[in-house]
Amino acid sequence: MELNVLFHKEKNKLKVIIEGEVDTFTAPKLRDQLDTIEINPHVFIELELSQVVYMDSTGLGVIVAIYKKVTRQNGNLKLVGLSNRLKRLFAITGLSELMNIEADVKVV
Amino acid sequence: MKQLLIDYKQILSEYITNREEQTLYNGQNYVRQLIQKNVAPEDLVNIHRKAVADIYSDLPETLSHAYDFLIEVMVQFGLKTREHQSLLIQKEELRIEMEIAARIQNILLKTAIPEFNKLDIGMISKPIRKMNGDYVQFIHHEQNYLSVAVADVVGKGVPAALCMSMLKNGLETLEYGNYDPSYILHVLNRIIEKSVDDGMFVSAFYGRYDIEKGVLTYSSAGHEPALYFSSKFGSYVDLESKGLLLGVMPEVKYPQFNIKLEENDFIMIVTDGVTEIRDCDVIEARSLLKEIAFSLRHLSAQEMCEKIYAELQRIQDYNLNDDFTIVILKK
Repeated sequence: MELNVLFHKEKNKLKVIIEGEVDTFTAPKLRDQLDTIEINPHVFIELELSQVVYMDSTGLGVIVAIYKKVTRQNGNLKLVGLSNRLKRLFAITGLSELMNIEADVKVV
Repeated sequence: MKQLLIDYKQILSEYITNREEQTLYNGQNYVRQLIQKNVAPEDLVNIHRKAVADIYSDLPETLSHAYDFLIEVMVQFGLKTREHQSLLIQKEELRIEMEIAARIQNILLKTAIPEFNKLDIGMISKPIRKMNGDYVQFIHHEQNYLSVAVADVVGKGVPAALCMSMLKNGLETLEYGNYDPSYILHVLNRIIEKSVDDGMFVSAFYGRYDIEKGVLTYSSAGHEPALYFSSKFGSYVDLESKGLLLGVMPEVKYPQFNIKLEENDFIMIVTDGVTEIRDCDVIEARSLLKEIAFSLRHLSAQEMCEKIYAELQRIQDYNLNDDFTIVILKK
C-alpha cells in the first residue's frame, strides 16, 4: 500500500495528515516530506495518524526524528488519531510518556 | 578504422556470395577485433553502411537516411547498455561487500549459550536480510549470576549493524561490574544517544538471573514485554516495564523489577519480529505465541525456541518480514 502525506495549514497550526503504511519502504518518503517543514520556536505541528494502517519501527524512527528536531527548536508537536495498535506501540516504547499524544480525535 | 572497413567489406561480400558457416565464424572473429579496438556499436553500423554502399552502387538515396536513423538509435542504445552494465558491476561489488560485512558481524556478535544445572537456556536469532538487527548477549558472572541482553536496533542493514557493535562494546565494558539492569540500560542509553542520528534507536531487555535464588531482575528500554510462564498457575504474565527506547533522550531512568522462578517456570524474551504478524493484531499474535509455547513446555528451552520458530514460519507461509529472536530461560 502507498503512503500519502498531506499538509493543511490552520491559523498557527500545521496539520500533517499521514495515510497508509509507514514501513521500511515508505518511511524515507515520510521523512523527506517532514524535512520540508520549516521549524522555529513558534511552530505547532499536529500529526494526524488516524489513516495509518500499519507502522513498523522504521516509521517510529521517523516520528522520533521529527519530535527531536521540533523539541530542539522549542517548537510543539502533537500526535492525534492513534489506533489501538499505534497506542500500544507508543506505550511499549515509552514514547507516550514523552510525547504529546491525544488518544482520540473527532472524525469530521 | 580504414582497415576495419576493408576487412568488414570483404567478410560481408563473401557472405552475400556464399552464405557459408565459415564466413559467419569470420564475422565473429571480427567482433573480437572491434571490442579490442573499443569500437562502439553505432560505429559498426556506419562501417556496415559504407560497405553496403561500396558493394551495391545502385542503392536508393533514402536508404542513407535510414542508416542515419539507425546510428542515432544505436548511440542511445549503446549508452543505456553501458550504463546498465556498470550498474550490474556496482551491484555485484556491493553484494560482495555485504557478504564480508555479514561474516564479520557474525563473528563479532556471536554469543555462546552458557550451560548450568539449575537453568535451561535456549536461543534462536534469525536475520531477515544478511545483517541481523537483533542482538543477544549472555554474560556469566563468577558470582552465580547470568545476565542476558536482547536488543533490537531500528532499521536494518549496515547502519543497524554499526549501531549494534556500539551496543556490544558498551555491554562488554559493563560486563564485569555486576551492575543492576536499570543502571546498565541507563549507561547504554547515554552511549547510544550521543552517537546515533535522530531517527535511530534501540529497544532492549536486560535481565540478571541469580542462579542460586532463582530470581530474575529485569529492566526494559522500550522493548516488547517479555513473557513469564508460571507452571504452578499454568498461566502467563506479561513483564511490562515502562522504559524509554535507548537513544531518544539523554538522561533516562529505567525501573527494574524482580520475579522469582519456580520449578518448570520459564521466561520468554522476544523481539517484535516474533509478535508482529502483518494483518494480525499484536495482542492476538502474543496469544498465539503463548499457546504455541505452552504446548511445547515439556521440551528443552532450545527445542522450544526452534519449534516456535518453525511453527510461526509455517503460519506465515515461510514469509517472515522482520529479524526474529527468542530467548527462553527455563528453570
